[in-house]
Amino acid sequence: MTFPAIANRVVTPLVYIAALVGWEVLVRTLKIPLWMLPAPTTIAAAAMQWAPELLSHSIVTTRETILGFLLALALSLPLACLIAFSAWGRKLLYPAILALQSVPKVALAPLVTLWFGFTEWPKIVIVVLVCFFPVLVNVVAGFESVPKSMLDLMRSLGASQRAILWRLRVPAALPAFFTGCKVAITFAVIGAVIGEFVAAQEGLGYLILMSTSQSQTPLAFAAIIALTIISILLFYALEFLERKAVTWTP
Amino acid sequence: MPVLSLKGVTKVFDDNRGQRVDALGPIDLVIDNGSFVSVVGPSGCGKSTLLRLIAGLDPATSGTMLRYGTPLESPTYEVGIIFQDHVLFPWLTVLQNVLLPADILSLPKQASEKRAQYLLELTGLKDFVHHKPQMLSGGMKQRAAFCRAMLANPRFLLLDEPFGALDALTREELSLELSRLWDELGRTAFLITHDIEEAILLGDRILVMSHRPGRIVADIPIKLPRPRTMRTSQDPVFQEIKQQVRQLIFGRQDVS
Repeated sequence: MTFPAIANRVVTPLVYIAALVGWEVLVRTLKIPLWMLPAPTTIAAAAMQWAPELLSHSIVTTRETILGFLLALALSLPLACLIAFSAWGRKLLYPAILALQSVPKVALAPLVTLWFGFTEWPKIVIVVLVCFFPVLVNVVAGFESVPKSMLDLMRSLGASQRAILWRLRVPAALPAFFTGCKVAITFAVIGAVIGEFVAAQEGLGYLILMSTSQSQTPLAFAAIIALTIISILLFYALEFLERKAVTWTP
Repeated sequence: MPVLSLKGVTKVFDDNRGQRVDALGPIDLVIDNGSFVSVVGPSGCGKSTLLRLIAGLDPATSGTMLRYGTPLESPTYEVGIIFQDHVLFPWLTVLQNVLLPADILSLPKQASEKRAQYLLELTGLKDFVHHKPQMLSGGMKQRAAFCRAMLANPRFLLLDEPFGALDALTREELSLELSRLWDELGRTAFLITHDIEEAILLGDRILVMSHRPGRIVADIPIKLPRPRTMRTSQDPVFQEIKQQVRQLIFGRQDVS
């Protein structure tokens, strides 16, 4: 391997490691209080100490995120079909959905909690609310992106509406569907945490709230890092599925 | 019985301001079995509109259209269409694209696959059957589109400026190839083009259309020997027809 090739590979990780070391040194030399900003090593130690708790709370938040995300898919896909393929569906549903999208979903969190009680359901419902729109809009756009010439081709073969949907519209909308999903999954984690902030006895949102109220800042940082990792893993899981499903460039 | 007979066919559009636009006709036209009919005309003369009516993709505003003696109301697999844009599905391989009609029409699988392989070999694509269309050149894509149109063994082939999106060299190569395939497969065809040489090279008959609303202003038989080759264009008959068609299309414009 040539020198530039090596440099190309190691420069980015080196910069990040240097930043972490800088953080550590700054915290120690400036004697920043623990409750304000803990050093990376302190956070790591807290993460090790609280590993079982972090894991169980992570599982709760991941579960809420995934369930809400899947429920949002189950709701938005049929609605997207209705909007894309029926003039009446579009006239009646689209204004209502656009209005709903303009409501800041975070503001609904206390209400949703009031309605669904102290279960995991209010969190799932908030996740559904934040995921629903990006998936819907992208799938509708995907269905509508089908070139007219391709529809003409299918019609010239006498293809049924069903065949046109499954052979043409669905595959053509697949890239847009995944774009919507990747936007939604990032929102989904945020939705779950907000739900847990409002009322919860478990989940990473709850853990962050509890640890900061007890000035256990290192644990709060560890929980935030766990959230970030969950977000990244879910995003890449979708990207993996996308690469399996979309093997062409649209 | 003629493949197609049109009588007094017109097409009127409403444009986006709600104004009536007379796009076509009236058109009277009879196409006999086994003949290759080329249509040329200035752009916007309604050639493609005419093709869409014949394909059954759009309804005519008035007039009667018969296909094999029965009223033409909807598309049929017996009529194959090759569009200007290859319209290959990017998520399917070349072979799967060619087999699309078999899939939609539920044709027997093995026989269709054999025919697809035969057509792909005939058009020199047999090494690319498992490639995605994005890997092919423009000319190869259009050849694959030709194979797809021929898969269900249509009796009548409609070609809507099939080489319009290709560069001049590929276009010439493909028109000669189509001519060769024509002699081999022998079928009725209806070709829309803006390229006069291409129209003469391929056709048994050339229809010249007027400006909008498009009407057929001339119907010239092309009595050139087949198979047609690169040399056909040097034949005096070829040049004579070319001049005649140019006169018909551009003549009136020069005066105004």
